Amino acid sequence: MDRVVATVAEMDVRYLPANEAPDAGGFLGTVWKREVNVRDFIQRNVTPYFDDESFLADPTERTRQLWNFVLELMDQERLKGGTLDMDTEIVSTIVSHKPGYISQELEQIVGLQTEKPFKRALMPFGGIRVAENAVEAYGYKVAQPVHDFFTLYRKTHNDGVFDVYTDQVKKARKAGIITGLPDGYGRGRIIGDYRRVALYGVDRLIADRKDQFNQLDTVINEETIRLREELAEQIKALKELKAMAKSYGFDISRPALNAREAVQWTYFAYLGAVKEQNGAAMSLGRVASFLDIYFERDLKTGVLRESEAQEIIDHLVMKLRMVRFARTPEYNGLFSGDPTWVTEVLGGMSMDGRPLVTKTTFRFLHTLSNLGPAPEPNLTVLWSEKLPEAFKRYCAQMSIETSSIQYENDDLMRPYWGDDYGIDCCVSAMRIGKQMQFFGARANLAKTLLYAINGGRDETTGEQIGPCFAPVASDVLDYGDVLARLDTMMDWLAGTYMDALNIIHYMHDKYCYERLEMALHDRDILRTMACGIAGLSIAADSLSAIKFARVRAIRDEHGLATKFEIKGEFPCYGNNDDRVDSIAVDLVECFMRKLKTKKTYRNAVPTQSVLTITSNVVYGKKTGDTPDGRKAGEPFAPGANPMHGRDKKGALASLSSVAKLPYEYAQDGISNTFSIVPGALGKTRHGRKENLTGLLDGYFSKAGFHLNVNVFDR
Amino acid sequence: MHGMNVNVEGYIHSVETGGAVDGPGLRFVVFLTGCALRCLYCHNPDTWHMPDGKKIGVASLLNEIAEYRDFLRRTGGGVTATGGEPLAQPDFITALFQGCKALDLHTALDTSGFLGANATDALLAATDLVLLDIKSFDPVVYKRLTGGSLAPTLRFAERLAAMGKPTWLRYVLVPGLTDDLASIDKLAAYAKDMGMAKVEVLPFHKMGESKWGTLKLPYTLQEKQPPSAALVATVKAIFVGHGLKTV
Repeated sequence: MDRVVATVAEMDVRYLPANEAPDAGGFLGTVWKREVNVRDFIQRNVTPYFDDESFLADPTERTRQLWNFVLELMDQERLKGGTLDMDTEIVSTIVSHKPGYISQELEQIVGLQTEKPFKRALMPFGGIRVAENAVEAYGYKVAQPVHDFFTLYRKTHNDGVFDVYTDQVKKARKAGIITGLPDGYGRGRIIGDYRRVALYGVDRLIADRKDQFNQLDTVINEETIRLREELAEQIKALKELKAMAKSYGFDISRPALNAREAVQWTYFAYLGAVKEQNGAAMSLGRVASFLDIYFERDLKTGVLRESEAQEIIDHLVMKLRMVRFARTPEYNGLFSGDPTWVTEVLGGMSMDGRPLVTKTTFRFLHTLSNLGPAPEPNLTVLWSEKLPEAFKRYCAQMSIETSSIQYENDDLMRPYWGDDYGIDCCVSAMRIGKQMQFFGARANLAKTLLYAINGGRDETTGEQIGPCFAPVASDVLDYGDVLARLDTMMDWLAGTYMDALNIIHYMHDKYCYERLEMALHDRDILRTMACGIAGLSIAADSLSAIKFARVRAIRDEHGLATKFEIKGEFPCYGNNDDRVDSIAVDLVECFMRKLKTKKTYRNAVPTQSVLTITSNVVYGKKTGDTPDGRKAGEPFAPGANPMHGRDKKGALASLSSVAKLPYEYAQDGISNTFSIVPGALGKTRHGRKENLTGLLDGYFSKAGFHLNVNVFDR
Repeated sequence: MHGMNVNVEGYIHSVETGGAVDGPGLRFVVFLTGCALRCLYCHNPDTWHMPDGKKIGVASLLNEIAEYRDFLRRTGGGVTATGGEPLAQPDFITALFQGCKALDLHTALDTSGFLGANATDALLAATDLVLLDIKSFDPVVYKRLTGGSLAPTLRFAERLAAMGKPTWLRYVLVPGLTDDLASIDKLAAYAKDMGMAKVEVLPFHKMGESKWGTLKLPYTLQEKQPPSAALVATVKAIFVGHGLKTV
């Protein structure tokens, strides 16, 4: 199958000319000066670091004090039921709030979403109803003028979507065969190239936008008009960003001049994005090795010491840990908590074979020691077999100590996305500033199988949701028969699903456009339509049961198959058994092929993920008994994981099964959550570190895509 | 490879891919069925009877192992045969380990040594490491604990020492049963004499108890508790005192 893009262009891989003289700022390179090209800047100036973590510095006194203030506020937030304060009057924009501080004299990096820490901003453009529900759930009420404005005068994304949704989509959505659609909240999943603000300053970026705007005057058609309007909005957003920084006393119209400024400028850009958008995932991108270039220069010239460098990163990470959005309890239920997915990728290899591991890569990981473990920012190590060994071992050690790192296969992704991609949310790769995705949540494959058996009727309500095909007539399920029916049901699902996504993203662009994030992209970008599937392991095991054991459908009084009686044994996904693993692979490929045939909004390239980190519980609740023996309501396995307890042959067999799922057909990512008790990883500290390193090397060399590593006692 | 019998079959209870506590690195652990001892604390009583296992050809098992070769080699790991008592099926282990060596994989034999006489020179030649479980150094306690006699194990230990086979001592520490410090001291001196490379003091646990219930076997150690951290430290110190490495 075709790759999403024709891989990295040859011209992207440039080699270092010898004897190039640095500029006045001490930086090498010419291309990045001529055009907006952060990758070129990194390639010319990065200093890979091959040694170990012994250079790292402890937290400074300022860091300790400041972090204690934050921890105290986090405690208060928890005691207040998860939300400390909410804005009910001011609609959040980049410049909506006065500057906010935790403790101004201590903060080395400044900027909050509202005028005070942990006060959640009001963002109604995704949908006023959802925004109001979120506020009311915590005992607040949106001010009447805001309510009136967004009900009487200003349409939201949510309104737009429901004006247009088809009956089919509405039914599929209600039944939960398609779930979690971003139709009432911000879609997120877009990564602005926040580094551009540091490297170029905002004025240069505005000039670049204007130039691109002016080039768009040859053919004034619908597409050009939309793009011109978007560019105009982007320019306004950049101007607002400047104003916001100015309110904190910084002039970001010019490039950052040192490491502290580079971090501050980059953070302001990110802050602008999270003031403007309450997105389902708001990744930071790939900033560490970019920032390291500034740190290296400042350390070399002696204007900065290591403890100060670490302090700046610690303070940045503190801010990232404080990102908050107003969200409804249902939303939190879907995601098991209050995640923001501030994903930062670390490491990976350069196209020319140099590791993109720098001292600042270590500094980011070291925040887990200095500030303690935390799920945010979502530190994601891009793993390559060729990463420096000392870095691999440090990662393994930090995983064992904190369980706060996830790993993704850089050797697998680099041929697709080059060496300057980030990860959005959990597993979605995109080239920074050159690519975005239309987030599509996911379709429930386990339920689809039940629809195939029941002729499109929902197993929990009996309602006709899918097309009214003939249900399976026999008592004992026949593999060929079920498979054929599943195939046609998946055709319907792919179509209905894509209809929903096309509508959603049309309206999101129209009513809840990410002005600032898109201002920090190239004008012409690749868009993917990121579909997804849930319940893969259940569908695979169910088909395996039907094929290798004897599964009898037990029907209720309405003829609906609601229970299944299984006689005999069948192989389960997760044991490295090809008989069933091949079924899982087929399902992934089959659904992707169907999605590929659909017409998409803005000619986005369809992709899919096999991803549910936490919402597997909610999907399980909405799905009846399945032919693999799972009972109604029981949770699904997360992502591409085997069902809990069915992988009976140990870790390597389980990982090997998951590694078979083809990334080519799931280019939005394949998630695998790996949990192990420390003792099972080895008897000694050293042994555990070595074993985890080898396990990661082994898994990724088998083309495994992602591993979320949790090491803790039960 | 010459000499290896690819047609030999054995009985196994199960396999675990990626074990990390039975020898160095990550290991493919084969649990064989069949054991002549009846240790009171056995945590795998479901592996006592050989025919309760699943019959498997050595070639098929090696094919499965080969799938994980990369993982195992990267971590300095390999294949561990345990059980049950692997030496209850010496021909199978010989073929299995010879096959592993052909795959360039480290092999470890986890045995009580009670059936040490079954271990042929060919088997030991294909064995890189022996994890020798000496259940007690007191013959009376050994008998009470295992139902068997200690002597064959010691004969096996001496044979291993004579051939210079790397051997780790494993000692399960049960309060009130195997915690006699004088006896442990003698064992430590013996292990030192035998040139054992390492000692693993394994604190008794009751994770196998439910299996006894399932099998309707009388479990006699319900009242026993795992040893205290202090006791484990004391016992380790005895081994260390004799110049042995412990984990």
